[in-house]
Amino acid sequence: MTRTATFVRDQMLAPMEPPLTEKGAVKWVRENLFSGWFNSILTILGLFAIYWLVASAWPWLRNSVWTADNLAECRAVIQATWGEGATGACWAVIRERWTQFIYGFYPNHLYWRPNLAMVLMFVALAPVLFTQIPRKALWFAAVYPGLGYWLLWGGTLWFPVVALAGFAVGYAAYRALAPVNVIVAAVGAVLAPVLWWLFLAGPITGILADIVPLSLETVRSDRFGGFVLSVIIGITAISLSLPLGIALALGRQSDMFLVKSLSVVFIEFIRGVPLITLLFTASLLLNYFLPPGSNFDIILRVVIMVTLFASAYIAEVIRGGLAALPKGQYEAADALGLNYWQAQRLIILPQALKISIPGIVSSFIGLFKDTTLVVFVGLLDPLKGITDAVRASTDWKGIYWEPYIFVGTLFFIFCFGMSRYSMYLERKLKTDHR
Amino acid sequence: MAVITDVPKESFRLSMLIYDTRYRSLTIQVVVFFLVMAGAAWLVDNAYRNLQLLGKDFNFSFLWTRAGYDIPQVLIEYTNDSTHGRAMLIGLLNTLLVAFLGCLAATVLGIFVGVLRLSKNWLVGRLMTVYVEMFRNVPLLLWILLIYTVFIEATPGPNAYRTLPDGTPGMSMQLFDTIAVTNRYTAVPDPLFSRSLGEISLGLFNVSVDLLALIAALLLSFFANRALLANATRVQEATGDRPVTWWKSLLIWIVPVVAVLVALGFHLAYPRLQGFNFVDGINVSNSLMALWLALTLYTAAFIAEIVRAGIMAISKGQSEAAFALGLRPGRTMNLVILPQALRVIIPPLISQYLNLTKNSSLAIAVGYLDLRGTLGGITLNQTGRELECVLLMMLIYLIISLVISGVMNVYNASVKLKER
Repeated sequence: MTRTATFVRDQMLAPMEPPLTEKGAVKWVRENLFSGWFNSILTILGLFAIYWLVASAWPWLRNSVWTADNLAECRAVIQATWGEGATGACWAVIRERWTQFIYGFYPNHLYWRPNLAMVLMFVALAPVLFTQIPRKALWFAAVYPGLGYWLLWGGTLWFPVVALAGFAVGYAAYRALAPVNVIVAAVGAVLAPVLWWLFLAGPITGILADIVPLSLETVRSDRFGGFVLSVIIGITAISLSLPLGIALALGRQSDMFLVKSLSVVFIEFIRGVPLITLLFTASLLLNYFLPPGSNFDIILRVVIMVTLFASAYIAEVIRGGLAALPKGQYEAADALGLNYWQAQRLIILPQALKISIPGIVSSFIGLFKDTTLVVFVGLLDPLKGITDAVRASTDWKGIYWEPYIFVGTLFFIFCFGMSRYSMYLERKLKTDHR
Repeated sequence: MAVITDVPKESFRLSMLIYDTRYRSLTIQVVVFFLVMAGAAWLVDNAYRNLQLLGKDFNFSFLWTRAGYDIPQVLIEYTNDSTHGRAMLIGLLNTLLVAFLGCLAATVLGIFVGVLRLSKNWLVGRLMTVYVEMFRNVPLLLWILLIYTVFIEATPGPNAYRTLPDGTPGMSMQLFDTIAVTNRYTAVPDPLFSRSLGEISLGLFNVSVDLLALIAALLLSFFANRALLANATRVQEATGDRPVTWWKSLLIWIVPVVAVLVALGFHLAYPRLQGFNFVDGINVSNSLMALWLALTLYTAAFIAEIVRAGIMAISKGQSEAAFALGLRPGRTMNLVILPQALRVIIPPLISQYLNLTKNSSLAIAVGYLDLRGTLGGITLNQTGRELECVLLMMLIYLIISLVISGVMNVYNASVKLKER
């Protein structure tokens, strides 16, 4: 038999290397940067923009001075090192004054108090933010507001304790009256703490403070400033505005005409005016609307106004979440025989809140950024209040960029962190498998 | 025989107001009503007593008294002899001016950035992400102050543009020698009409007839173009072929406007250095420039995200289906993608316009006299009428917001998906 097929391959060839332009970095650059004339132009423009930014900022950053006592000294050092006419950053101002940017004019020897309050704040927030932590830790979160207040403002410990005890009084009243009648119990649970705060809290605080004098040095509100102030206003307003926002959103979705119209009017009014006008209301007008002679702390007034402002925005975000739920969810809750509050708590709100997480967090970010506006009612925010105060000293007169960059960077870290956390939360709560 | 009787009709008992869901909501509303009324009465009573204690009354007559302060930048005629009411109007117009300019520029920049962020170009995508994150996560106040600082610290004085006596030429102006950025103001060309038709008085302020003529020409073009397109549609329905209209549309838009401009003798007066300052052009104060730029850059970052989300929300199947039907890319965009994407984009976009308008009240940081600066600032301090000024200011901002959101609701209703 003759072999006819002389050209049959019985061995596979080893695969060839891809062409140089189709592998590795070259391929990536071709596909991502130069895939067509339009993209090439964009890339070149982008490179040019980066070059321009770096070229204009680099000399200034390279010539940075970190230790100096005042701006003139800074400039002298730069001129001596880099020659006549050179400009450079003078980070010495941050090095010397960073405590003011963080603590405002809080007394130096008491810095441990805001520090401790901030650390404990994170301890209190941890069980709220991360579900892995044991639920018992929530008790600490519940008492933290009183503790934080005491650490920051000082005074007698019994004041926040007695104030917090009001909630216990309300709960006790509810338990005591619940066997009688649910409605009576609910009224009692509201009235008892109010009466406690109005009439009993003051004398009881005085008596307890006399028996066990536990107090810290008092720090007045006008000493507060910097990031401590921003965080106080921001965190308080955030934690108060969420429940208020939920209540307003439910009110706006309600069937009851009066409740609905009140919610609509409130939300639209707050959303229709700038925050600055509300802050002016807090500083100028609040005294008009309170009984003559009454006066209370400016930080508290600002917190109230910022809370009201944020809650209107959060209410709208949550309303969007409520509207996005399919009607079947409401009908299913009704079919199960759940009453209004059970349906909201077990079925509607968990889903609606999950949908609204991105919006809620961006409202929070906006709120935190807006805390800088308190400078316009005379509080020392880190951005303008403290920066102006630093510039007012003869040492640092005429310094502009460095404080802004420092404060901006800190704000960026806070806000960017919050938006990343919201992404984490979204991923964790995602239940639909698409 | 079993007799089926009706369930005995329950007579109304007082406890049904609480336990019967038919009446409970009524009870709650009545309680809420009384609580709200009591609260309002308490507030009004407090205000009344406080005003009495301070020896003040509540009236707005101060609006008709002499203001006595100057406003650096005015759109309509104003002197310090004018009334507080007119100063308020100036402030309002200044607010609207910066809001309008800001919305316009922010929309253009935002769409640009949003589209570029979706581009396949890695470098440009990253750059736009950096821009968006940088502006979204830092307070607006910081951008306003920073840009203002750039203007007053990093730009030359008007003198730098001067040709020195020894013949050394000064700086040349920016943008083909038309705009001069200085540390006090930005001098821009002034549009002028050599055969102007003058102005007519509208009671509160004067309106240039030239401007009215331009608007009339634009309106004419708008209706003519609509008629042209309607006609094209009719022809298409009758014959199946759509006549080419784009060059006719272009002509209809351009010719009347150019004709009006030429007839009125339109020309630009370029800024020119005389003495220590620029004359002939319009000197736009740096506070306005800084506020405008900062509001634009800040809001554009948000608009970019809205645009990106809107385009990404339209599933790929939509464009594939349009291609399968034989639509060209341009018509796919116009007829399929945009109408759906706009429905997602427009509501948050309008709320960004609202935010921008409200944020313009930060003008206080750079000393631009807007509504908050005149009515809520100088007038308030001079007259000492906090209650009236702040309430009036809130009311005006509220009206602006309601008008904008009213327009939004009308538009929203017209593009809403018609569902069950």
